[in-house]
Amino acid sequence: MIGQVRFLGAPKPGEGRRWVIAGPFIWFLIFFLVPFVVVAKISLSTAAVSIPPYVPLISWDDTATMSIALHFGNYHFLLTDPEYVIAYLSSLRNAAVTSLVTLVIGYPVAYLIATAKPSMRGPLLMLVIMPFWTSFLIRVYAWIGILKPNGLINNFLIWLGAISHPLDILNNQFSVYVGMVYAYLPFMVLPLYSCLEKMDHSLLEAASDLGAKPLRAFVSITLPLSIPGIIAGSLLVFIPAVGEYIIPTLLGGADTLTIGTVLWNEFFANRDWPVASTVAVALIILLVGPLMLLQHFQSKEDQ
Amino acid sequence: MIASLTRGRLFLRLMMGFAMVFLYAPIISIIVYSFNESQLVTVWSRFSTKWYAALLQDEQILHAAKISLEVAVLSASGSLVVGTLSGYILSRFKRFRGRMLFSGMVMAPLVMPEIIMGISLLLLFVGMEQVFGWPQRDIQTIVIAHITFSTAFVAVVVQSRLAGIDVSLEEAAMDLGARPGEVFFLITLPLMVPALLSGWLLAFSLSLDDLVITAFVSGPGSTTLPMVVFSKVRLGLNPEINALATVIILAVGLVSGLGALKTAFKVFTPEKAGLQIKEEKCASPA
Repeated sequence: MIGQVRFLGAPKPGEGRRWVIAGPFIWFLIFFLVPFVVVAKISLSTAAVSIPPYVPLISWDDTATMSIALHFGNYHFLLTDPEYVIAYLSSLRNAAVTSLVTLVIGYPVAYLIATAKPSMRGPLLMLVIMPFWTSFLIRVYAWIGILKPNGLINNFLIWLGAISHPLDILNNQFSVYVGMVYAYLPFMVLPLYSCLEKMDHSLLEAASDLGAKPLRAFVSITLPLSIPGIIAGSLLVFIPAVGEYIIPTLLGGADTLTIGTVLWNEFFANRDWPVASTVAVALIILLVGPLMLLQHFQSKEDQ
Repeated sequence: MIASLTRGRLFLRLMMGFAMVFLYAPIISIIVYSFNESQLVTVWSRFSTKWYAALLQDEQILHAAKISLEVAVLSASGSLVVGTLSGYILSRFKRFRGRMLFSGMVMAPLVMPEIIMGISLLLLFVGMEQVFGWPQRDIQTIVIAHITFSTAFVAVVVQSRLAGIDVSLEEAAMDLGARPGEVFFLITLPLMVPALLSGWLLAFSLSLDDLVITAFVSGPGSTTLPMVVFSKVRLGLNPEINALATVIILAVGLVSGLGALKTAFKVFTPEKAGLQIKEEKCASPA
């Protein structure tokens, strides 16, 4: 009897669940999804000297007539102004080069850790991750002291006698690459490691028994099997790297144009919110493909 | 055969050594030069702690540090609540309408360029203020923004912990008549405590470190520490910032490093970071 009363009193399965889901769901609808709609809306406006500094899309006149003014000029501007085109192309190039170089450095590191003695794997992995726990801004800033004309590298090389004049390695494309590779390296190593670590090493033994040399076995077994890890790592590096702002600003030169710096300048220096929004919308469109690929990997696991 | 194997291992060790120098040289150089007496940051004169003394006198930095800590505590606590719920939903509720959308929204901030989240949240806040008169841009908008991006990290930690908790414990409690809420608070939550702790610390250090999103959503009276640091380092090297950096490296490194060491490397493995790779897909050709 008591059991039955409790049973009747209990909410139907799914009833309470709906409320649990509703909380975070609404939070993300409001603070993650809706903002994109707002950005898209403001990208169709024009800048104005007002607070906030753009012309409202919808206006009412005396006769209560609503008029909607959509301004597509920003998009046209974006596609025709060489500055923006260059910024987009160089951001894509920065992100692609960063992914490639982190892969070249990160793969051997991940491979070494994955094939180390099990007791060594944890500590080695920790060594790669530890720098990640210190401030991003400060780690990027540290490179100024290393790369500048009288910085550590140049002082060392001059002391060695290898060069007589300091190398020009700060505030140019090179220093941007160094900073990006440095900052994003852990994002490449970790997915590669977890993929290589799960690999069945008896496959390599089998290949070796059948007469394959280690390099051959690596190219035809290990490398193809680690492709999911390579894709995962490359996406985790590429997507945030396209919009990177801090590194090009601190380590880049006066001529370094990226989506991040262009958006920031339009927003803060020019106070042109509609153009900044347009730049953001274009960046989101650019990242839809990579993001979908990411979601694709994730939903596979969910099934 | 053996010779080439050793050559392979030698190459791997060289790359590892290179990576370690690459990762640690900048951090070590900052710490060393923070004790340099000279104003010229990269020219060593002699050992001194004067920049630490200067730091303690710097009102602007101290004030910004106070705001940053306040924001970090509030947003870490907020992300703990939202992130725990999100992680629980994603790992225990396998089917509901909008699940794809939900997991996408929770996990996307892990990779979404910060500059996009910054501008979109700011425009939302400005629009909301026009329509509802709320929120003013100050600490509260920073906290909302930080909760939104760091929830993903908490959810990932919680999800990976829940994957290790046997569902049969929860089912047993249900069979014995406990309501879903009771099961959650009496069984699931206590088992999640280590994950909650490291999730909170992770959110705390992410909040303390964020510059780009904060720069967009902060108001005139709420300048955080990274914003002050950024405005100073844009002008070049600064010995006082080296001292501050050393303090931050040690504080953040110790607190979050020690607290989250156990789960640290789990967080960014792909299956935990939202990029789930099926084991068999990676491990065997079948």
